[in-house]
Amino acid sequence: MTESQRLGPLADPAQFTDALNIAGYAADDLKRLLRAMLTIRFAEEAVADLVETGEAVCPCHLGIGQEAIAVGVSSALRRTDRVYGNHRSHSHYLALGGELFAMYAEILGRKTGASQGMGGSMHLYAPEVGFSGSVPIVGATIPIAVGAGLAAKMDGKGDVAVTYFGDGACEEGVVHESLNMAAVYKLPVLFVCENNLYASHLDIGLRQPSDSTARFAKAHSIPYRVIDGNDVTAVIKAAGELVKAAREGGGPGFLEAVTFRWRGHVGPKEDIDVGVRRKPEILAAWRHRDPVRRLRDSMIEADLVTSVDVEKTCADIKCTVAKAVANARKADYPGTNALLDLVYAPRRHQ
Amino acid sequence: MSAPVSYAEAILQAFRYLLGNYPEVFAIGQGLWSPWYVGASMKDLDKEFGQARVIDTPISELATTGAAIGASLNGYRPIVIHPRMDFMVLATDQIVNQAAKWRHMLGGKSPAVTIRGIVNRGGEQGAQHSQALHAWYAHVPGLRVVMPATPEDARDLLIAATLCDDPVLYIDDRWLYDLSAEMPPPGPIDLTTQLPKVLRVGTDITLVAASYSVTLARKAAEVLAKKGVSAEVIDLRIVNPLDHGTTCASVKKTGRLLAIDGGWRTCGLAGEIIAGAVESLPPSAFRARPRRITLPDAPAPTSKLLEKVYYPNTERVVAAVEEMLAE
Repeated sequence: MTESQRLGPLADPAQFTDALNIAGYAADDLKRLLRAMLTIRFAEEAVADLVETGEAVCPCHLGIGQEAIAVGVSSALRRTDRVYGNHRSHSHYLALGGELFAMYAEILGRKTGASQGMGGSMHLYAPEVGFSGSVPIVGATIPIAVGAGLAAKMDGKGDVAVTYFGDGACEEGVVHESLNMAAVYKLPVLFVCENNLYASHLDIGLRQPSDSTARFAKAHSIPYRVIDGNDVTAVIKAAGELVKAAREGGGPGFLEAVTFRWRGHVGPKEDIDVGVRRKPEILAAWRHRDPVRRLRDSMIEADLVTSVDVEKTCADIKCTVAKAVANARKADYPGTNALLDLVYAPRRHQ
Repeated sequence: MSAPVSYAEAILQAFRYLLGNYPEVFAIGQGLWSPWYVGASMKDLDKEFGQARVIDTPISELATTGAAIGASLNGYRPIVIHPRMDFMVLATDQIVNQAAKWRHMLGGKSPAVTIRGIVNRGGEQGAQHSQALHAWYAHVPGLRVVMPATPEDARDLLIAATLCDDPVLYIDDRWLYDLSAEMPPPGPIDLTTQLPKVLRVGTDITLVAASYSVTLARKAAEVLAKKGVSAEVIDLRIVNPLDHGTTCASVKKTGRLLAIDGGWRTCGLAGEIIAGAVESLPPSAFRARPRRITLPDAPAPTSKLLEKVYYPNTERVVAAVEEMLAE
């Protein structure tokens, strides 16, 4: 194993804690990015509250601490691209512009939810913004995204497919089948590995001989970038380059974004007691490498916003989130007919 | 009506019709650029329609099936080919967990994908080259499963499956490839309106089967006719969703039901056929206990002698009918 195939400092939470390099960004763009990341942060905290109170029963997997990846990747995408998620996809859905209300209504099992109240947190769907579906079978949307990429290539309009997965999914065989197919057919697919160094309770050191999943891209001759996933500017740059190449017929790209989830595998707790080798001091260090704080501090340092502005934005977002939750509570449950009516497509009139 | 067309040629006709008339259709799977993998049923399609629409793949059943599902969710109507159903088992996550469930669990659209799994038995090929796993897949809500028994259905159910908005598993059996029949020209067909067919009218017993087992039923009916026994033969055609109406109407008339299936016995199709009739009809409708002929609950053997014992045949169907008539 060579050093180049390991994450090194990228996996060290004591590193990469300074201000981001935001030179060249317009203030409005940065404000938009900050707002998007804060929205995901507060929206997921509200999900955590719903789980704590017992209102939300379906399994909810929170990605608090990982917001920069979805926001950064989405900045490289357009509405006709096709984005696929996994069990931890609130951020992917929201970063593309998925509705807050529909997400809460879905989590609470209501008819007006993102998936008509049929899927809950793990099954989000918002094709109108390009979010084409998320499922909890680990790795399952990866070949589906390859097929979406095949369709995009056949369409010939320069659209791309994106699949978000974690370091754990790289232990599934289908990842390798999918990388191979995308490479051999030169499909416009962006593979985004959110490497949060954990799969459920096990850290990557107990599961793989190297902590860098980009070695799988290398093995399949796919261009890759390995970046700090808690630096939204790094994500934007790397995703932008890989997506541009895919749109122009250069084939797939692989983005390994190193990050850390603050909460447990599922539910609102920090799960220090559940995680093997998941220690309070490591979590504390990663909390300091917070992608939201780093962007906010960088903007304040550059005099683009004041802390009072940011507080105002936070209050505004929290209010919007609370309204969405309240409206979702008032929404109707699906009719019992949905149970059988949604099994097959309605009969077509030919 | 045409000159007689074989079952294998009928499948080829369906592919040519679909690829020729529907630009959103493409075929993907292992062996599509090889003349021997799928026999005459896909011969030269890559030359006629191009290798961009008739795609040979790496040895990756799972990703290939997933990719077809992904394409089907994005405006295409792919047909995935698994030249041997045993290898399709590697794609089961995508078939069972994904294709069958996306519409229901995401409240969205169905993957309009067709998955062709070929049953290729006999010839001492053994346990991993011989399976007929239709009952497994027919168990899964959201996945339509069709099993053509005749050349016309080999063509028409492939067309209907491909044009259907739901995921459909199309299962053909190589033991049927040389069966031939005359047929009208192909056209669009709505799978959701298709029902079982009564292939032979009779009064003494109802024989219900799908795919190759229909051939056994028809041959047995011919033998029985010479012995003065009038057997009605029902071809199920579609095993999920399974229609019991045609079977029940027939059993009301004959009072006897024999289900024949090329799959295993336990939790199999034959048991489901019988359960459907027994649940719907009063005990007085039955003049004999319903029976089934299936594979024994054992993996397929290789030895010629064991194969002979393993697979149902016409003689066994005739013998079972005679026992039921004597009851």
